Amino acid sequence: MSDTTKQAPSPADVASLARPRPTAEAKPAEAVTPAREVTGAQALVLSLEAIGCDTVFGIPGGAILPAYDPMLDSKKVRHILVRHEQGAGHAAEGYAAATGKVGVCMATSGPGATNLVTPIADAHMDSVPMVAITGQVASAAIGTDAFQEADIRGITMPITKHNYLVTDAAKIPQAIAEAFHVASTGRPGPVLVDISKDALQAKTTFSWPPQIDLPGYRPVLRPHGKQIREAARLMAAAKRPILYVGGGVVRARASEQLRRLVELTQIPVVTTLMARGTVPDSEPLNLGMPGMHGTVAAVTGLQKSDLIIALGARFDDRVTGQLSTFAPHAKVIHADIDPAEISKNRIADVPIVGDVGEVIKDLIEQVTLDRASAEGAEHGWDYAAWRTRVADWKQTFPLGWTDSEDGTLSPQYVIERIGALSGPESTYVAGVGQHQMWAAQFVQYERPNAWINSGGLGTMGFSVPAAMGAKVAEPERTVWAIDGDGCFQMTNQELATCVINNIPIKVAVINNSSLGMVRQWQTLFYNERYSNTDLQPMSQRVPDFVKLADAYGCLGLRAETPEEVDAVIKQALETDDRPVVIDFIVHRDAMVWPMVPAGVSNDMIQAARHEAPVWERED
Amino acid sequence: MSKHTLSVLVEDKPGVLTRVAALFSRRGFNINSLAVGPTELPEISRITVVVEVEGSALEQVTKQLNKLIEVLKVVELDPHASVQREILLVKVRADAATRSQVIDTIQLFKAKVVDVTTDAIVIEATGNSDKLRALLDVLEPFGIKELVQSGMVAVGRGSRSITDRSLRSA
Repeated sequence: MSDTTKQAPSPADVASLARPRPTAEAKPAEAVTPAREVTGAQALVLSLEAIGCDTVFGIPGGAILPAYDPMLDSKKVRHILVRHEQGAGHAAEGYAAATGKVGVCMATSGPGATNLVTPIADAHMDSVPMVAITGQVASAAIGTDAFQEADIRGITMPITKHNYLVTDAAKIPQAIAEAFHVASTGRPGPVLVDISKDALQAKTTFSWPPQIDLPGYRPVLRPHGKQIREAARLMAAAKRPILYVGGGVVRARASEQLRRLVELTQIPVVTTLMARGTVPDSEPLNLGMPGMHGTVAAVTGLQKSDLIIALGARFDDRVTGQLSTFAPHAKVIHADIDPAEISKNRIADVPIVGDVGEVIKDLIEQVTLDRASAEGAEHGWDYAAWRTRVADWKQTFPLGWTDSEDGTLSPQYVIERIGALSGPESTYVAGVGQHQMWAAQFVQYERPNAWINSGGLGTMGFSVPAAMGAKVAEPERTVWAIDGDGCFQMTNQELATCVINNIPIKVAVINNSSLGMVRQWQTLFYNERYSNTDLQPMSQRVPDFVKLADAYGCLGLRAETPEEVDAVIKQALETDDRPVVIDFIVHRDAMVWPMVPAGVSNDMIQAARHEAPVWERED
Repeated sequence: MSKHTLSVLVEDKPGVLTRVAALFSRRGFNINSLAVGPTELPEISRITVVVEVEGSALEQVTKQLNKLIEVLKVVELDPHASVQREILLVKVRADAATRSQVIDTIQLFKAKVVDVTTDAIVIEATGNSDKLRALLDVLEPFGIKELVQSGMVAVGRGSRSITDRSLRSA
């Protein structure tokens, strides 16, 4: 063996020298590391340690190889070797979504980096704080179509909040510090740092913290007082107000403030797909999810409202339906940290730019003040009649389903039982499709971050790796991946990662042997012509998910009748020494209801097939 | 649809022009003209972009530009309160018989001759789009052999500077 005294210091050595033990619990950025000579790769790992990153999901390869050498020595950063870079990206997203901390993934140049593109785009759409670190070919080879070269900075420009190409070792700490800052502040999002191999290998000096130089980046956090007063004035005058709550409230960790606002104003609430759990489902004023598969009460509540108070929501087409007929009588108060979201789709009467937690806090103060004044007490703030109406809708059109005639298992029942037996402290991570909608509808959510899914991009295959990331972030929680059989086959290779790294997630495969949501549309809009949605044509089990689970070293279970459901869920909940995969064989003709067909007015909502609600004629 | 002139101050860093140009294409905004160059501050470049959009879309353009980390400031320049110029270099067929006629014509536009050969001259002209179009219209009959034109640059009238506030302190 070589003389150890000649070896470069390991990151753990340097970091422990740099950080005096008594202040080890202090904020990482406050620790000052004196300059010392290291390689660019060591500077990268030291930067990750200094910024408080404890987990990296990734796969090594040629260009990123230098970074993996000091990674081996790091005592602070746990690197989890995944089986596909897409898994690394979604795991970082799941980690971030569960905790609000920045998720980190790492990959090599070329194909490693391009495999991160889907999760980066996903994080961008759902405002997930994430830093992706990629190796790049040596700077002299950039532009020559070198082996495993891809312009990942160029590729990810439209799907990142910001990105970097670093070819100078000395600039690595600054790039990492800025990346974490940009990813986690303002409207969160993914930041990519692409580092050339020669920069990782070069000698440099490392000191912490580096200078952050972002003169063009100044997110507005404090809302304007005039806008808050105007918002309160509209709230006082409204007769049919509704709170339209989006994922921004989750990211801003503002659920507690929101609950106080609801309590104070007694205004009914809808929680979007990204905001499920922000207001507890047990809150009577919570009408549930709006949009294409929203509850009749939530969709109708928005349609018939005279004031929409949008908090951290973006009037997505899946919420508004046909935009020109969305909530035609409503004025709009729109609060968001991203000014570009305000009046992008629906023109706001009162735009409020700011951190939604600050906005809600100020609104509470203003509303309290206005209602206390003599004028306020006499005029407005009375929504009792409106509350009666929405409560009536909620009672008349509850979510539900019809069981199949042949007694086969209903997917909705399976998901409802998982939620009921596992409880509100568990985390539920869905893929994309019918099972995602049912998981949003039939699990009762009582806390923010209990529900994690791919909302904006709609990425099939999100569930298993994201659940893995969520479980790593919060190992004490039960984490369910509620997945479809189509989704599961896109990313189930990460079961190997879960087994080897002792990440005991529980996977419920809602197995209808088809691409269920596409099939539903074929049933409704394509004359039941099932083109390429049948995943198991001969009713064979290809693959047999129980055997697959077994092959990976997971516990594999199966339920085919309602009587078996509770038993397998309980067995899964009792199993904590390895991941569990349950193959729920469900009937394939179940459909997601209610539904607003694409491109039409939300007034056309159908509570179930051929069942449009009949409204009182007044409006 | 109407034309709007935006002055975009950006950090002078690699890739920033790509980001700005890509944003326009990604969001479906039409660029009429684009010009980039240095400013009086060494670390700051200025992009002048003429965009053809409706009123509400202009607000989106501006907000999306402002979201780019390396964009420092976006200002819309009112055509009545700013000076807007393009530069034109045009190679026109001109022999001994027509040369003086061409030169007489371009003097009306305060354009100048920057290269002469036996059968052609190169003319340089600056001005706004309308003036340059008018010049080209009168040169057309002589025969235009080659034409190159810059994007528009523009600066607000008066003593105030858009680089004044917020940037120097940043």
